Amino acid sequence: MIKVVDLYKSFGALEVLKGISNEIHKGEVVCVIGPSGSGKSTFLRCLNLLEQPTSGDVYVDDVSLTQLGKDINKLRQKVGMVFQQFNLFPHMTVMENITLAPIKLKGMSVEQAREKAVILLRKVGLPDKDNEYPNKLSGGQKQRVAIARALAMDPEIMLFDEPTSALDPEMVGEVLSVMKQLVVEGMTMVVVTHEMGFAREVGDRILFMDEGLIAEENTPAELFGNPKNERTQSFLSKVL
Amino acid sequence: MTVIMKIITTLSDEIFFNLIREERYLYFVKGLGISVQLTLYAAFIGGAIGLMVALARLTNNKVLNYLAGKYVDIIRGTPVVVQLLIIYFAVFASTGLHRVTVASIAFGINSGAYVAELIRAGIQAVDKGQLEAARSLGLSYPQSMYYIIIPQAIKNILPGMGNEVISLWKETAIAGFIGLEDLMRGAEIVRGRTFSNYTPYLVIAFIYLYITVLMTMTLGKLERRLRKSD
Repeated sequence: MIKVVDLYKSFGALEVLKGISNEIHKGEVVCVIGPSGSGKSTFLRCLNLLEQPTSGDVYVDDVSLTQLGKDINKLRQKVGMVFQQFNLFPHMTVMENITLAPIKLKGMSVEQAREKAVILLRKVGLPDKDNEYPNKLSGGQKQRVAIARALAMDPEIMLFDEPTSALDPEMVGEVLSVMKQLVVEGMTMVVVTHEMGFAREVGDRILFMDEGLIAEENTPAELFGNPKNERTQSFLSKVL
Repeated sequence: MTVIMKIITTLSDEIFFNLIREERYLYFVKGLGISVQLTLYAAFIGGAIGLMVALARLTNNKVLNYLAGKYVDIIRGTPVVVQLLIIYFAVFASTGLHRVTVASIAFGINSGAYVAELIRAGIQAVDKGQLEAARSLGLSYPQSMYYIIIPQAIKNILPGMGNEVISLWKETAIAGFIGLEDLMRGAEIVRGRTFSNYTPYLVIAFIYLYITVLMTMTLGKLERRLRKSD
């Protein structure tokens, strides 16, 4: 579904990604772990072209992102994204946050979009927050709304960029449980995370990134239980 | 007692000669009309120019960037009265455009440079993640600006914008340089008739102040309304 070919990304003189190739299949849950500054987030942001690769390419359903030009907007509708800092639109209510894109981009009527939003809000456990502004919500609630907002576009794949890293510890669980529900439903997901327990439990495959490369890649059982790479071992010994 | 009587007589004399005799208050009324018109037109022109220039400065297009930057530099680097005279006597010299139109354009061009900086700063102050979230949903850049960035930027921009309109309102007092009979010029005409030292100036000072206070109050109300999502 997503194919990454020899991806390089530099910010000025700083080379963040140094040649990444990988493939993410439909229905697969891929968790990306690794130390800070290893390029995890940059890698994820290249998957919907929030970052323009310096060289190499990303294919979504066999379409090359770097060749798309303006059609990238159409493609991004298929790729939902959830951010560390939530990035809800503060001037809109929860309902407006969720319905904006379906109304403007999918031509849904306001009623259709609202109906759908009600279902999504129930799904993320916030059925009575539709008229609140984001600033009235807790971090965990904000992130769940952000997930609902991304889901409103019926994406084929969801990208999560450290979705629980900005949360107070007691709120991590509520967000992870919504994500687990998505896994059960068969959503294709790429999750950059520091939650090793979550990665181990729901990941089909773990990518361990270090210094701009995928240093090791394996099933959770193997990667956590029997890491081969020295750097993986040293990283896991620090975080587990 | 006699002192108080004297003050009252002087005051009533001043009011009579500067406002009532020969219907001189009409100079102030008409002047107020011209000044208000200039401010309104110039604010609209300045707002439109400011928005375009701000967007030009924010794009990646080098030519637009350069031109917009130079416009701001030139306008902010020269006195508004000089700009007004150049625009009236050089740019629109033989066009036969009405003076109010020319002055509105001149004040608008001047105000546009300041508004452009306000808008640019206001847009840049919106968190970068907002644009990313909008784009990640599939909104185009113009759609993201329109639905997400600019509504938030307005909250940042509004206080500065209010100050800009208030400055503009007072700056129009130089419209007399190109022969417009605005509030300021009205006061000078009356003073020429009555030889009062300062009364006409006190009258217009009061009018300028009163309108400014009205604008400040309106602005405060607007800001409170926009703050409802905080």
